[in-house]
Amino acid sequence: MKYAYYPGCSLHATGLEYDLSTRQVAKHLGIELWEIPDWNCCGASAAHNTNHTLAVALPARNLAIAEQEGLDVAVPCAACFNRMRAAQAAARNSEAMRQTINDIIGMDYRASNETCALLDIMVNRVGLETIAEKVVKPLTGLKVAAYYGCLLVRPPEITGFDDPENPQSMDRLVASLGGTPVDWPFKIECCGAGHTTTRPDIASRLLYRIYSGAAAAGADCLVSACPLCFLNLDMRQEQVGREHNASFSLPVFYFTELMGLAFAYAPKDLGINRHFVPVAPLLESKELLRHPVTRREET
Amino acid sequence: MELTATKAGAAKELQRLEKAAGVEVRNCYQCGKCTAGCPVAFAMDYSPRQIMRLLQLGLYDEAVGAHSPWLCASCITCSTRCPKGVNIAGVMETLRIEAKNQGLVPEKAVGLFDDLFLQSVQQNGRVHEMGLILRFNLKSGKWFKDAAFAPKLWRDGKISPRAEKAGREAVARIFARAHSQEGE
Repeated sequence: MKYAYYPGCSLHATGLEYDLSTRQVAKHLGIELWEIPDWNCCGASAAHNTNHTLAVALPARNLAIAEQEGLDVAVPCAACFNRMRAAQAAARNSEAMRQTINDIIGMDYRASNETCALLDIMVNRVGLETIAEKVVKPLTGLKVAAYYGCLLVRPPEITGFDDPENPQSMDRLVASLGGTPVDWPFKIECCGAGHTTTRPDIASRLLYRIYSGAAAAGADCLVSACPLCFLNLDMRQEQVGREHNASFSLPVFYFTELMGLAFAYAPKDLGINRHFVPVAPLLESKELLRHPVTRREET
Repeated sequence: MELTATKAGAAKELQRLEKAAGVEVRNCYQCGKCTAGCPVAFAMDYSPRQIMRLLQLGLYDEAVGAHSPWLCASCITCSTRCPKGVNIAGVMETLRIEAKNQGLVPEKAVGLFDDLFLQSVQQNGRVHEMGLILRFNLKSGKWFKDAAFAPKLWRDGKISPRAEKAGREAVARIFARAHSQEGE
């Protein structure tokens, strides 16, 4: 199984653990990730709120490079995934738009390859049975609130792979790793990551609802599939608690980190030691740190 | 607001907006489901439903000058849930672009962030997160916003003073051509 890999800007910076853990678990599952050479930013929300044409042309260039290699594209970041799927749909739905895109990027993008969320690839292409077979350190007793946010599941005609109101892919993945997904009402509510810099007052209120919701559902931790949600959820717990006379200490994981833990990789090899909310106390209490054998990175 | 307030004057602007957003504003029957699910409606001057109503009434200037499109989180809950299939998020996005073209930026910080983000992409081919935040803090006057997080991010190797650069020529060309396209 080989994919063109589009890490996106965050995975080379604040989303470092997502990149690390993605590469580890992909290798473990025999998935070859070919990083798109010279890939450019997808433009994210700033582009689609500024210029419709720019918003489809920026991601299309990356997709066209992958297409030349005959590869489907694996995208870990939910925001990049959304923009790339929108560009793919724009090219597929309108020949005129496809021509416009090609004129702008100076390439012949035919949209013949498929852009997939990394989560979709793991759950629906690799398959949960295969993943479960690889589990040597089941996440027994770990209660996980699966947080999908916005761009992984909406709009459904663009994102495609999961239900927009009650998505299940991450819940099922957690279960296949031996963990316990909790039922909770905020799995698709916006975390306000886009507002943290410009209107932190708005973001704080959204985060407060998510933390409170996860805690009320009895979750030990949150799991995310987006570097922007992750950073927002992980970095701002103390601050949001202070602003709401509350106290939160909910570790946040990328789903790839949970996979790596269940495959018995050391937390350090997955980047889990770089989180804001400490994860060691939780992992210790669930006996998830005491592996029979600590796997070393194969080089 | 009464239906009799309908203005014919904004017909041309409305048509353009409907085409760009791929909606017909008259399809909205004002049920309010968009607003019920909107995570930021509490902070808006006009709720998503009210924005749709303004447009139905031809009060285009009020809609295009509102804060709401700039506060929209682009979470797309409204469009996903609309029983009439109206792409309300698309309307918000189009209003924001239109407002910008008219020089209307009621949420200065949001407009500044968009601009600096795209500048970073245009210059480097990729977003340089640390550079973007530093520039934003300097230009918005909130110099020390989130500065407390910086030492840990630095230790963890998550921020770097050096911008990654890639595909710069290709990206510069995309910017130039996309801007001339939209200008037509």
